[in-house]
Formats: sequence, structure tokens, C-alpha cells
Amino acid sequence: MTVRSKKAPVRVLIAKPGLDGHDRGAKVVARALRDAGMEVVYAGLRQTPEEIVRAAVEEDVDLIGLSILSGAHMALFPKVLALLKKEKAGRIPVFAGGIIPDEDARRLRKAGIRAIFGPGASLDEIVRTAQRLARPRA
Amino acid sequence: MTGTRRGAPTARQIRAGDRRALARAISAVENGAPEADALLKELYPTTGRVRVVGFTGPLGVGKSSLINALVAHLRGRDRRVAVVAVDPSSPFSGGSVLGDRIRFDRPASDEGVFFRSMASRGAAGGVAAATRDAARLLDAAGFEEILVETVGSGQVDIAIRDIASTSVVVLVPHLGDEVQTLKAGLFEIADVFAVNKSDLPGADSARRDLVELAALGGGRDGWRTPVVLTSTLGPTGIPELWDAIVAHEAFLDRSGGRPAAERRRLAKEIVGRVRDRVDAELTDGLESDPALRRLLDRVASRDVDPRTAAEQLLRARRRSR
Repeated sequence: MTVRSKKAPVRVLIAKPGLDGHDRGAKVVARALRDAGMEVVYAGLRQTPEEIVRAAVEEDVDLIGLSILSGAHMALFPKVLALLKKEKAGRIPVFAGGIIPDEDARRLRKAGIRAIFGPGASLDEIVRTAQRLARPRA
Repeated sequence: MTGTRRGAPTARQIRAGDRRALARAISAVENGAPEADALLKELYPTTGRVRVVGFTGPLGVGKSSLINALVAHLRGRDRRVAVVAVDPSSPFSGGSVLGDRIRFDRPASDEGVFFRSMASRGAAGGVAAATRDAARLLDAAGFEEILVETVGSGQVDIAIRDIASTSVVVLVPHLGDEVQTLKAGLFEIADVFAVNKSDLPGADSARRDLVELAALGGGRDGWRTPVVLTSTLGPTGIPELWDAIVAHEAFLDRSGGRPAAERRRLAKEIVGRVRDRVDAELTDGLESDPALRRLLDRVASRDVDPRTAAEQLLRARRRSR
């Protein structure tokens, strides 16, 4: 028996799929989630969907946040979702942020991305959503 | 519970190298979940055959990049490698940004590697409470080399010695003059020194200072700590660094020092576990147990001093056994 912690922190993976040049937005979100008490595995730039899914499995995360600016979201996000299913990790909720047109956002939500944040989203809103997605019953 | 969690991971899954079960088992250990205790008890007899190599040193010296280069080197030799990389938890929010994975660039298809980030969760000394048991799980899962990266260390963060059989202290040029190397703590625990970023000016003088330190006779039991110049641009010095680690491991076997070192680590672990439990029970008890609360009241009113109270507590615990 070991000393029990009161509550296990939420583990969240923040990654940027594709070829974006900077990751400022993802870093701002990572820091906000840290300040909300989460353990943020920061995978950084230029991640392939395969690398993202592998990281999610090895790090045993409760949640995945994807950030993208390049416009390749319609190709990359569904690929991440499909690979998660293939790795029997399809229950890990995925949310996203970046430059994503409304019509694309609708289709991505339908495909299984649980929440999508644009440039105007508040950090509070992102944090609250992340908490709700990671611990639906908390 | 959320995400992938369904059913507790089993010893059979771990031994079969099931990556998801392994990842979930490490979380269970981190969270102090009851299934982790059962699992580690079952797996313990077959662990301990794999060496654990620790990498410590101040923040920003390039520990993660160095480990990434070593992983590539070891994969080139077909060794199955696991990495546990620890970063600090915030003392304010309890949250953490675990950023060591950024440097990790193995192809996603490489099944011979496992990388796990870990938050320190309030543990002092540079590693998390769960790091040692995570290494045991990785050992049981069949990884042949286990590399542990500590939190960016200060001068007294030397807990890696309680886990690793070889500790590599990673430094960079211009960290200070040779008197720094004489100070107690971090410099004393090095089994191998790596002077990383050795493409920068000052690397040779840093090496000279460290070689001199080793020559002063500080080496434990006749081991003279080697100093390896490394750089992850290129990279250079990576095979030499691994050879120095292997040489230290061979020295432990040759000198007969390994069993004693392992016993020292295990004794410390057992005492630490007992201490943690007693600590938790007493801390709880001072709030909830009426007799303890009365004792605390009497200390607060200066009728009993803290030393006498501690002795009474210890005697009471012995009687109750």
C-alpha cells in the first residue's frame, strides 16, 4: 500500500499536427491547462498523426488537444481519430484549436472532434471544456 | 475513469509487452491506485536484471536531446530502450508542462522504444515517487535499457542515485570555475560526466576542471569518473558516452560493488515506504484521533514539549502492535 493521492491530475496531450511554423497558441493553452492543475504532455510542432497517437497511448492521457494553423485539418484530424480507434484508444476525447472555417468545424465535430476553438476563444472557456471532456462525471 | 481505461492491467499483459497496459500501469503507480500494489508485488521477483541509467544536471544543459541521441545509438544496436523523463509539478496549481517529449524523434513505427513523461508531483530530489516503480514495470515489459531523466537539478537534487546504477551528470561549458566542482552534492554523485554542447567555446577547460576533480581521488571505491565531451549537433561523443556508462556498469560487476549498492537502494526504499505510511497515518491522526488531538492540544498549551510528545507517540505505536 502506498499513500493515496486525493485526486489524480488530468493528463492531456497537446500536439501540433502538420507543418505549422510556430506554436505560440498551443503554448498559451498548455500553460493555462497547467495552471488549472493538469499535467500537460507537450509534444510540440510537426507531429504526424502516428506520432500523436503513439504519444497518447504511451503517456496514457485523458484528453488530446490538437492545434493547427496550416489548413490541413480536414486531412490530419480524421486521421488522428481513425488511428486512435485502431489503437483501441478511441475513447480518448480530442479537442482542437486554430484557424478552422465554420463549415469545416461542423464536419469535424460530426467526425468526432469534441470541441473546436477559434482565435477568439477565451482561455477560461478552453480550460472549462478540457476539464469537462477529461472528467465527464467530476 | 476516462480515456482508454477499462479493467486493471495484468502482470501477463505487462510481461507480454502490451504498451497500453504498460502505460496504464504506470499511471496506476503514479496515482497510488490499489491495482498498482498488486501488480508490482506480482512482478517484483522477475525485475532487477536491467540496468537503470540516470541523467541529471541543471535545466537547459540538453539532457533530453542527449537521451534522444543515445536512444538512436542504442536502437542502431538493436537494444530495446525505455525512457522515463521527469519534469516538475507546480507547487501552486499541481499542474505541470511535460516538455521532454519534444526532443524525442524516433519514428512512430519503432516498437523497440517506449517514452513516458512524468510529473514530480511534489517529490523533492529530482525524480517522482513513481519513477522507480515505472522503471520496474518497463523492466518487466522486456526493455533492455532504461534511461531516466531527472528534473533540471539543483546542487542537492541527487535522488536519482536511489534508482539508477549509473548516474550521468550532464553539464555544459561555463557553468563556473573549478571550485564549483569541489562543492558537495551533484558533482559527488557522478559516475560519468558529460560535458554537453561541447561545440561551444570553453568545453575543453570544463573538461580539464572535471578531469582534475576526478584525479583528486574523489572517485568512490577506485572508480575514476570519466569525462565525455558530447554534442547533439552532429552529433558527437554519443558512442563514447554510452561506452563510459557501460564501463561503469562493468566496474560495478568487477569490483563487487553492485550487490552492496543495490541493497543500499532497497533499504532506503523500504524505510521510505514505511516513513510515508507512518507520516500519512500520523498526520491524519493528529486531526481525527481524539487522543492525538489531546496530545497536540497539550503541546500547543506548553504543558508537553514536542520531543516528549513524539516519544509518547512512538511508545504508543509499539504497544499497539
